[in-house]
Amino acid sequence: MALHRKDFFGLRDLTADDIRYILSTAETMKYILNQKNKKAPHLQGKSVIILFYEQSARAKLSYELAAQHLSANVVDMTNSAHSMERESLQDMGQLVDQMGADFIILRHPMAGAARLLAECVEASVINAGDGYNENPGQSLLDLLTIKERKGSFEGLKVAIIGDLLHSRVAKSNIWGLTKLGAEVCVSGPPTLLLPGIEKFGVQVHYDVREAVNQADVILTTRMRMEAQDKTFLPSLDEYKRFFRIDHNLLRYAKEDAIVMHPGPIQRGIEISDGVIDSPQCIINDQIANSVAVRMAMFYILSQMGGALA
Amino acid sequence: MKTILKNCKLITPPYSEEKLYDIFIEGGLIADIGENLHVEDARELDLDGHVVLPGFIDMHCNICEPGFENIEDISTVSRSAARGGFTSITCEPNTKPVIDNKTVVEYIISKSKAQASVNIYPYGSMSMGCQGTAIAEIGEMYEAGVVAISDGDEFIDSAALMRNVMRYSRMFDLPIMTHCEDRSLSGKGVMNEGYTASCLGLSGMPREAEELQVARNILLAEITGARLHIAHVSTGGSVRMVRDAKKRGLQVTCETCPHYFALTEEAVEDYNTFAKVNPPLRTQEDVEAILEGIADGTIDAIASGHSPTSRTDKDKEFGNAAYGISALETAFPISFTKLVETGIISLARLVELMSKKPAEILKLEQKGEIAVGKDADLIVIETKGTQIIEPELFASKAKFSPFAGQEVKGRVVYTIVGGKIVS
Repeated sequence: MALHRKDFFGLRDLTADDIRYILSTAETMKYILNQKNKKAPHLQGKSVIILFYEQSARAKLSYELAAQHLSANVVDMTNSAHSMERESLQDMGQLVDQMGADFIILRHPMAGAARLLAECVEASVINAGDGYNENPGQSLLDLLTIKERKGSFEGLKVAIIGDLLHSRVAKSNIWGLTKLGAEVCVSGPPTLLLPGIEKFGVQVHYDVREAVNQADVILTTRMRMEAQDKTFLPSLDEYKRFFRIDHNLLRYAKEDAIVMHPGPIQRGIEISDGVIDSPQCIINDQIANSVAVRMAMFYILSQMGGALA
Repeated sequence: MKTILKNCKLITPPYSEEKLYDIFIEGGLIADIGENLHVEDARELDLDGHVVLPGFIDMHCNICEPGFENIEDISTVSRSAARGGFTSITCEPNTKPVIDNKTVVEYIISKSKAQASVNIYPYGSMSMGCQGTAIAEIGEMYEAGVVAISDGDEFIDSAALMRNVMRYSRMFDLPIMTHCEDRSLSGKGVMNEGYTASCLGLSGMPREAEELQVARNILLAEITGARLHIAHVSTGGSVRMVRDAKKRGLQVTCETCPHYFALTEEAVEDYNTFAKVNPPLRTQEDVEAILEGIADGTIDAIASGHSPTSRTDKDKEFGNAAYGISALETAFPISFTKLVETGIISLARLVELMSKKPAEILKLEQKGEIAVGKDADLIVIETKGTQIIEPELFASKAKFSPFAGQEVKGRVVYTIVGGKIVS
C-alpha cells in the first residue's frame, strides 16, 4: 500500500484505500505520542512553513506540534498576514519555495487556493482549509476518532447536523464517510444546506430527529453567525430550538452513539451542556487525535512525493 | 479600386449552391454578382469554390479602449475580430471613461476609423457612468452615432430607472441591450449555483438571478413598447420567457454566446479561471434549452461575448480572478462545430444568427447580406479541415480560452471589409 502524492487538498480526491492508509499511519503515530520523549526523526532537516491567511489557534497548534514531534523546523508566517495580502499567492509560494521549504501548510479564504499554490511550488502543500471547500486534516482526525470508537465505517450511520454551507470540514467528512461505506444523513436549516446536497449521496432531513434516528455517530458543525449573511438564519436561539443536540434528541440515536464537534464550541448552542459533559461527547478524543493525523500527513508526503521524493 | 472575387460559393437564396459566382466590388460596395463576370482592370482573386458569407457582426463585445488599453485596444481587438470573421463589432460602454456622452462616442468612432481594420459601432450607456442611478444623455449619444444602449455587464437595479430608460429611448427607437442579473441573488457568487459549485466550495449565482430580471425587463418592455434585447442568455428559463414574449408579439430579441451552448459549469472543475464568465456557465439542461432556442428561432443572434482581461487577473484564486473570455477568434469555429457539424442548424441559419439578425436589430442596413448595393463586408471560409484552438496565437491581447486544445472545424480564410482584405 502506498499513497503517491505531493500534496493534500481534500478528501474529494482521495480513494477509500488512501483514507484507510492515512488512518492506519496515524494510529502508528499515536505510538510516538504516547512515549515520554515525543521526538521522532522522520522530518529531520526539513522545514515546515505555516502560511495562514485566516486566524486559527487550534489548527495551527496541531500542525506545529506534529511537525516538531517529527523533528522539522517550523516557521509561522501568520503574523505577516498584512504583507501577504499585497503579494499574489503564487509569488508568496515562490518566495517560500526558494528559501527551501519542504512543506507549506496553507489556510486561505478562497476555495482552491491550496491547489493553485501547489501548481507553482516544489514544496508539498497541505490544505488546512480553503474557503468553503475542504479541510482534510480536521476531517481525517474525525474519521480516526470514529474508527477508534466504532471499529469500521461499513454500515455505520452518521448524522451531520448544522451549517453545511459554510463548514468545510462537514463537506470533507461527507466525501470521506460516503467513500468508506457509511450511511450519511444530514440535517440543518434549509438555507444552510449545500445547494445540490442530495447529489452527494446523503439523505437530507429537515427534521433533525429523523437524521439522528438510529445514528451511531453525530457530527455537529460550528454555527458562526458573525461569518454569515444575516439572511440565512434568524438567530442562534432559533437554531438551538430546532437543531441542538441534547439528551432529548439523543434518545432517537443508538444507545452508544457518539457526539462530535470540530471546535471551538459554543456551549448550549450546537450541543447542550449536559451532552458536552457526558461520556458520549468525545471532543477530547478528537483533539488528542489531531496531532497524530497531521503527523501521518507529513510522514506520507515526505515518503512519497514532492521535494522529498 | 475594383476587385472581383472569382468562383465563390454562395449558400443563401436566390443563389444556387450548385453554381459558382463572381462578386464584383467597387468603391467598397458589392457592385455586381453573377457568373463569369469580366471587368476591365479589376484585380481578381480566385476563391476556387470556397464559401463566401456576409461578414459576422458581433453584438456583444468589449474593446477596452479607452481606459483599459493594457487589456485590449482598438487595433488588437479589430485584428482579433477580423481573424474571427467579424467585419463589424460593437463596443460595450464600460470603458473608462464610460460611453455616457458624445465626446467618448466621437473618440471611439474617429479612433476606429483611423486604426481599426473592421467597423466598430459603439453602444451608449443607459445610466450615467453605468451606475444605475441617473439616466444618461441618450439623445446626444444617438446623434453622435451609437447603435444601441446598454449598461455593459452592470445591471440597473431600479425598476423605475429601467422603465424610464425604456420610455425615453422610444423617441430614438434604439435597441436596449440588458445584462440581466439580480444582484441580491447572485451576491458573492462566482459560478453557477449547484452541485459543481458545492463540490468546489465556490459560492453560486443561481439561474433565478438572471431569470428574475429577464422577466422584469420583458414586463417593462411590454408596458413601454421599447425594443428590448436580452444579452448573453445562459439559462433554459430565459429562453422560455423570450419564446413566450415573442409569441405574444413583443419586440423582444435575444442573443447567446458560444460558451453558453458549448460548455457547462463542469469546465470550471480544477478552478479553471478561463471558464469564469458572467453570467456563469450553466448545466447540460440549460445547454439543451439554448440549442433548442437556436434551432427554433427564439434566439436571434450569437454574439462572441468577447470580454478580455489580463492574464494576471486570471492567474488568481478562482474567487478573486476576473470574469472574462477571449472569444472573437473562437466564436465561429465553435459555433460551426457545435451547431452546423452536429446538424442542429444549417450554415445558412448560422449566418442569420451571426450576421443578418444582428444587422437587423442594430439597423445596419448596409450589412448582413450579400446583395448588390450592400457593403462589401465578406468572409471566405473553409469548412473541411480541422484545426486546434491555440490561444497563444490569438491576435487579441487576451491569449487564453476555455476552448484551448479543442479540435474544431470552420476556418476563416479571408476577411474583407469594405472591399479590402484585412485578414
